[in-house]
Amino acid sequence: MDTLAFPRTHYLNAEYGLKSWLLTTDHKRIGLLFLGAISLFFILGGIFAGLIRLELLTPPGDLVSDDTYNKLFTMHGIVMVFMFLIPSIPAVMGNFFVPIMIGARDLAFPRLNLLSWYIFMTGGLFTLYAIVTGGVDTGWTFYTPFSTLSSHSNVMTAAIGIFIIGFSSILTGLNFIVTIHTMRAPGMTWFRMPLFLWAMYATSLINVLATPVLAITIFAVALERALHMGIFDPAYGGDPVLFQHLFWFYSHPAVYIMILPAMGVVSEVIAAFSRKSIFGYKFVAFSSLAIAVFGFLVWGHHMFVAGMSVYGAMIFSVLSFLVAVPSAVKVFNWTATLYKGSISYQTPMLYALGFIGLFTIGGLTGLFLASLGVDVHVTDTYFVVAHFHYIMVGGAIMGYLGGLHYWWPKMTGRMYPDMWGRVAAVVTFLGFNLTFFPQFVLGYMGMPRRYHAYPPEFQALNVLSTAGASIMGIGYLIPAIYLLWSLKYGAIAGNNPWGAKGLEWEIPSPPPTFNFDKTPVVTEPAYAYETREK
Amino acid sequence: MHDDKTASPYEPALKHHFDDLGQQHEAAMLGMWLFLGTELLFFGGLFTAYMLYRVWYPETFGAASRTLDITLGAVNTMVLITSSLTMALAVHAAATDERRKLMAFLAATMVLGAVFLGIKGIEYHHKFVEHHIPGFGFQFEGPAPERANLFFSLYFAMTGLHALHMIIGLGIMTVMLIMAWRGRFSARWHTPIEISGLYWHFVDIVWIFLFPLLYLVDRHR
Ligand SMILES: [Cu+2]
Repeated sequence: MDTLAFPRTHYLNAEYGLKSWLLTTDHKRIGLLFLGAISLFFILGGIFAGLIRLELLTPPGDLVSDDTYNKLFTMHGIVMVFMFLIPSIPAVMGNFFVPIMIGARDLAFPRLNLLSWYIFMTGGLFTLYAIVTGGVDTGWTFYTPFSTLSSHSNVMTAAIGIFIIGFSSILTGLNFIVTIHTMRAPGMTWFRMPLFLWAMYATSLINVLATPVLAITIFAVALERALHMGIFDPAYGGDPVLFQHLFWFYSHPAVYIMILPAMGVVSEVIAAFSRKSIFGYKFVAFSSLAIAVFGFLVWGHHMFVAGMSVYGAMIFSVLSFLVAVPSAVKVFNWTATLYKGSISYQTPMLYALGFIGLFTIGGLTGLFLASLGVDVHVTDTYFVVAHFHYIMVGGAIMGYLGGLHYWWPKMTGRMYPDMWGRVAAVVTFLGFNLTFFPQFVLGYMGMPRRYHAYPPEFQALNVLSTAGASIMGIGYLIPAIYLLWSLKYGAIAGNNPWGAKGLEWEIPSPPPTFNFDKTPVVTEPAYAYETREK
Repeated sequence: MHDDKTASPYEPALKHHFDDLGQQHEAAMLGMWLFLGTELLFFGGLFTAYMLYRVWYPETFGAASRTLDITLGAVNTMVLITSSLTMALAVHAAATDERRKLMAFLAATMVLGAVFLGIKGIEYHHKFVEHHIPGFGFQFEGPAPERANLFFSLYFAMTGLHALHMIIGLGIMTVMLIMAWRGRFSARWHTPIEISGLYWHFVDIVWIFLFPLLYLVDRHR
């Protein structure tokens, strides 16, 4: 272990003042700018979720009106999907660690990277404006013709916000792909790259190729709303189902924008805390690409009941089953990595193990939904809600928190109290399951989503779910407290507190502005844990 | 590729985080190609919608398409193809370090781009006079007039987006012209000219697809 002294100069104290942050082109500082922004949005989205769960504590719609409830779940979805989950791991940890992990001094386009943050904030402010001036009630999916003809809420402003935010993820994705292609240090071949980078690469491909389709679709909705152009309007012969095709052409791959980065984090953490190289490295690497490619071919499974030919539905069903294969490859390979590893259960590892469990449940219930008959039964019920929360909260957010805890010492130079970290991970895991497992049952029993009232026989399970949500909220609150605490009082981390492999652990914590004094030369594959220990 | 930065001679155009101009050039080119991939899918959504409705409503789309001015459209196509030629010549002039030629070809490209936008403006004006703009007192004589709204919605969305890209292109060309005037480019380094060229050609190619789809689709009758 290196000497545990705080480095004298590093990226955080290289310059001072607000201007040095707002005009920075340092990928690490931009990562922190994103961290600050998305943390605020996460709290906002969480408040909406809390209000939803509070309303659903009792069968009648007594806390908020039906209109308000529509706005609550819409804004919960918009904020969490577009302003937290999509940027989360790529914009924070990707920004911070993609250049460091390949041995580069910065991303290929540092100014574009800063622009990406400003675009994100501009879009975010538009959406916030839509929220404070009355909200949106279309659901995060903006389905036409409701969004274009009927809704009297702030659809335009929110749509403009999401349109703008899209360009932020496009530019970030573009930056990552170019960086990984052109800026790898000598010896850092493709198959020596940490799997987190493969995940970032695959995610970025989706960002670059899917996001523009969402942008143009939202643009068409805006035109239709503002100028009564009729691209999706049945009165002109337009087809609302075309909107759904275009929307899900983005929004299914968007699920992989959220989950692939989390899978990348899990690969890093599992290797580091079981002191083994990832079993079947190439399979895990290529499964990221396979998920990115197959993810583009399955969007129709969101529309089995929206009017689709039987054969179309069958093809989308089969393809949706196929996309489960590369996901399963990852889960099996992680499990095989754990086998006979010297495992230590520190905080990041608990999150990673939690991810594997919850993602597996989310993935398997996805197969129920990809089956045509079952899907018809549970479409638009809480079964679907539970399924995608297992993926997006149980998967993506567990991965996000795991990564944050894994790299926090590197980003800040300080350790957090590991005991509290473990407590929070366990509390989050239990609270999560208590929140969402009952929703599988509710959905299967027939409780539809997006209603603020329900028959009394569903109350018991809803009370469980709301109780779970409170526990989960505490699980998120604890890290917020000790991570902030650690900034000042945490023990000094040193270069490599976990004894992990990877270029990021060979430089000081926090790293200097240009990461490396000298361009590193890579001589061994990623996760060469066995060779060191022998 | 990644030698120690201090070992290479001082290059004013080299950014600190790249090792050499070759790497910097490679990154910029790849970045532009990826951006064009994004653009392709951006237009792709509208192309998909157009194809679908064109197959569903061939009569209306044919009738609406025949109201477009094929002469102006054809002239504009020629103008744009010529501007692609002058752009290619500009890139060549940059590569051979001929500053005056570079500036002349950039200016020619801009003039042709402006001519295109002018002609497009005239066409839009005709459409306005004929009440063919959806949302502005739209009227159409012919089969299923409400579906003609669909055609013109897509016509204005697609050509409007294309025109927006042309306007951005003119802005880029202005910057390139100023940089060329200040002597920023050399045979060794003229990456901005090259990637601007890629962008310009892409915008031209979009029009090469728009013209037959919107103007020619029903002219065989
Ligand atoms: Cu899906």
